[in-house]
Amino acid sequence: MPVGTDPAAGAGWESHPARVGFFTDTSICIGCKACEVACKEWNQVPDDGLKFSGMSFDNSWGLGADTWRHVAFIEQRRPVAATGGAAGPASPPGAAGELRWLMSSDVCKHCTHAACLDVCPTGALFRTEFATVVVQSDVCNGCGYCVPACPYGVIDQRKEDGRVWKCTLCYDRLKDGMEPACAKACPTQSIQFGPLDQLRERAAGRLEDLQERGVTGARLYGDDPHDGVGGAGAFFLLLDDPEVYGLPPDPVVTTRDLPSMWKRAGLAALALAGAVIAAAR
Amino acid sequence: MSAAGPRSGRGRRRGPASVVPEAEFRSYYGLPVLNRPTWKPLDIAGYLFLGGLAGASSALAAAVSTGAAPPPGRVRPGLVAPLRFGAAGAIGLSLVALVHDLGRPARFYNMMRVFKPSSPMSVGSWILSVYAPAAIGTAALDVVPLPGRLGPARRPLQHAAGLVAGLAGPAVATYTGVLISDTAVPAWHGGYREMPFYFASSASSAAGGLGLLTAPVDASAPARRLGVAGAVAELAVGRVMRARMGLAAETFERGRAGRLLRAAEALTAAGAGLALAGRRSRAVSVAAGAGLLAGSALTRFGVFHAGVASAEDPRYTVQPQRESLGSRPSEPPEPC
Ligand code: SF4
Ligand code: SF4
Repeated sequence: MPVGTDPAAGAGWESHPARVGFFTDTSICIGCKACEVACKEWNQVPDDGLKFSGMSFDNSWGLGADTWRHVAFIEQRRPVAATGGAAGPASPPGAAGELRWLMSSDVCKHCTHAACLDVCPTGALFRTEFATVVVQSDVCNGCGYCVPACPYGVIDQRKEDGRVWKCTLCYDRLKDGMEPACAKACPTQSIQFGPLDQLRERAAGRLEDLQERGVTGARLYGDDPHDGVGGAGAFFLLLDDPEVYGLPPDPVVTTRDLPSMWKRAGLAALALAGAVIAAAR
Repeated sequence: MSAAGPRSGRGRRRGPASVVPEAEFRSYYGLPVLNRPTWKPLDIAGYLFLGGLAGASSALAAAVSTGAAPPPGRVRPGLVAPLRFGAAGAIGLSLVALVHDLGRPARFYNMMRVFKPSSPMSVGSWILSVYAPAAIGTAALDVVPLPGRLGPARRPLQHAAGLVAGLAGPAVATYTGVLISDTAVPAWHGGYREMPFYFASSASSAAGGLGLLTAPVDASAPARRLGVAGAVAELAVGRVMRARMGLAAETFERGRAGRLLRAAEALTAAGAGLALAGRRSRAVSVAAGAGLLAGSALTRFGVFHAGVASAEDPRYTVQPQRESLGSRPSEPPEPC
């Protein structure tokens, strides 16, 4: 598919607002979980139990039907100079270093090429005028196809309810000209909301800034329209490899290979028909 | 390394350790990247089997009963009828399983709300909407008399329905390979090149098995040929698929999936062997048919569980993607 596509127009919206998204700058996340709470409250996402995980301060485990923002906590021993925000004196190179605490608020990526949306047989998943990806809960029949299709492990089925749920990028708030609840609640502006092209520019500036300050591990994740999902609508600035945060390093929308799959299925069907005719003679 | 730190190495949910030392990979506390498929094994693996059985059986029944003016000795009612009834029963059960698997079964009709070529499940629903009534109708016309003046139309009608089912059957038997491959699940997507052929072979083997199990030996020759060909192809394609899949092929050899697939291979091979040996013996043919059917069923359950296992271990997601990026993971810092 061509790079730089306009997903909302591609979905048939004739006139539509600019594509919006999130830029989550994890280098300034303080792990307060205000985003998790604001999301639950605004979207009335049900309680899904509190299971002690032993994984630092993370007790929500990961994204799913009832967790649409998830803050990951990673504890590492590494020289403090290598961390993002701290402008204090650098530890001597090679020192065992102090605790470095990575925190990152994960969310649905609202992919440019969204596998969940592609495979949904009912049309419950759709592309909004803001180019976000939303489930219509009055249409979803809980077939579950979107769940293994998502390369990030975002969307999931709510057991008691049977349907699937995920971040809507606060579609209701967007329609009223408000920003999503998580971005509104974030006290450090780690979660930034806005038109995607502006966010991409801002993120590039922030990355340059950090690199100038010697934060070598900093990198953007999901900002590249040439990546396997055509670029994410929600992208990140990370301080370590994506997989350390539970993110796939190089996700690809599964439907990229679908034309080839259909061709092969057609050949296989012909082969089967041929075998049957040969056997019947 | 502490248990609480983000770790390198094997995920926490794995089976017995392998003897081969494994390459480093990093992850978030060993948790899976993907969400586990929510499909119930009995419903969906069961459907993969039953749908294949039904589709190939209808095709075989149509081919056998449509032969250009078959010489009297070669009309094989003893084979056609059980294939038709088998197909109808299998697809009927399939529909029950598919609806049962939905989170909201009462909304099953939303499957026909749109037609989406980008969704194999949508395409499959439309294929089934043609195939299932045709297959069930073909069998029903064997037993249900048409009222009054429609009576004479029964045979032509049955013939037409049988043709429709026979033509749609191969699509039913192969689209399911696309259905499961079109996901992010490493062991399913990784086999997308071979999966439709694997499933077509497995379906042929099952349909052949059904014919051998149910038809008298003087009528079952086509089923015998199809069953043996399907079994041989299934064994071969399965191997090719695993050889080309890369890392996730491991999930076809380990744990529950490994046990299922080893049993499947043994049963399929034995079934094919007996089918060749038992041309004149009803008992041997019955055993051959049962072996082929069971082998095909276990193949589908094995493939299903391999996929689930590959989704549950972040290694199968992370490591191949790292390789495709052509970059090594950063040096993991010492965990706290
Ligand atoms: S991250 Fe997953 S759930 Fe979100 S749009 Fe992409 S494929 Fe869909
Ligand atoms: S579970 Fe719902 S949203 Fe997901 S693919 Fe099925 S119908 Fe679409």
